[in-house]
Amino acid sequence: MKPAPFEYSAPESVDEALGLLGEDVKVLAGGQSLVPLLNFRLARPERIVDINRIEELAYIREGEDGSLRIGAVARQAELERSQLVADRWPLLASAVRLVGHPQIRSRGTVCGSVAHADPTAELPVALTALDARFHVRSRAGARTLSAAELFAGPLTTTLAADELLTEIEVPPLPADARCGFCEHARTHGDFAIAGAALMHAPDRAAVALLGAGWTPVRATAAERALSSGAGADEVASLAAELVEDEYRAALMRALVKRAASEASA
Amino acid sequence: MRVEVEINGERHAADVEPRTLLSDFIRHHAGLTGTKVGCEHGVCGACTVQLDGEPVRSCLMLAVQANGRSLRTIEALGAEHPLARAFHERHALQCGFCTSGFLMSIEPFLRDHPDPSEAEIREALAGNLCRCTGYQGIVEAVEQAARQDMPDPDEGAL
Repeated sequence: MKPAPFEYSAPESVDEALGLLGEDVKVLAGGQSLVPLLNFRLARPERIVDINRIEELAYIREGEDGSLRIGAVARQAELERSQLVADRWPLLASAVRLVGHPQIRSRGTVCGSVAHADPTAELPVALTALDARFHVRSRAGARTLSAAELFAGPLTTTLAADELLTEIEVPPLPADARCGFCEHARTHGDFAIAGAALMHAPDRAAVALLGAGWTPVRATAAERALSSGAGADEVASLAAELVEDEYRAALMRALVKRAASEASA
Repeated sequence: MRVEVEINGERHAADVEPRTLLSDFIRHHAGLTGTKVGCEHGVCGACTVQLDGEPVRSCLMLAVQANGRSLRTIEALGAEHPLARAFHERHALQCGFCTSGFLMSIEPFLRDHPDPSEAEIREALAGNLCRCTGYQGIVEAVEQAARQDMPDPDEGAL
């Protein structure tokens, strides 16, 4: 099908874009989730604000504090090819390879995947495990959210209609951190049924789950066990306790275990 | 809205509604019907074209987004291109509806992976659906094409 009519704006600066946001407006970044919704007419916004021509948002770089900074129109393919990300945030490099297909990642953006908040999306789960901070702007000001504050439900965030997710900030990994990201999908590139992002450092551990709820879920009991030196079996069983369905729980146990062994390899 | 796009080195301009999909612009306004439209929601890969050298779903872009950009479609490849010949020789198509999308995806893949393993090839093909062949012939065609020298995309059709 074809989209219903809408008004189209392609601002060239963040300030100009913020002036166009509001009720019944949709932000178009990579469009790999929004355009299918438009084509199906599941979304019929009055106005589309296309942010792709805002050059000040097209970056993946290291911040002065050693954090990773991802601008709103940085493509998933750019994340995948980034040597900086491969060297310093390997969890993101593993997760992004599982997003859709190359033809999707060449357009799809990292921030768009977060703002869309699909419960089966890989990047929100990996970013949750990495304690990412989400920088949001509107005409009224700016605020910074954690993953727990941002993700509210399936395809739902706490972003207001006049707000734009302008940047994701990923803190540096602790020294000697090891990571693993594993998921199960029925065919390669399909929506995942379950998945796990795991980070393990001498003084910190993080386990975030895909498919344990409508948002990325931190498996805190599993994290404590991992921190205190528990084996992969125990960590995986604790994480799987968060999943009700028997099949998904079995899947989760296997995936967390695999992510843990990937991290210790 | 006025849209001007360079497709295969030629300029195409038209007045379109903002909701016009790039796939429809390519077929209806530029008259290049080698690009096929299948699912129109980014799953089947039939409409894959190259935007500034990268494979993209043309059904998931608005034509206005391509304004001022450079596109490459199946028409640029030509029937004598090593990839097209490999598909022919390995029986990598039957009805042919999916083929232009496959070729537009594989060409940049082989540019980035000159010596791919079978697993890498299968992963690269995962974004394109074929209902006829069962994929074995397609994998073999990509393996065959990978062993040959590819013409430079900037040099145009053979």
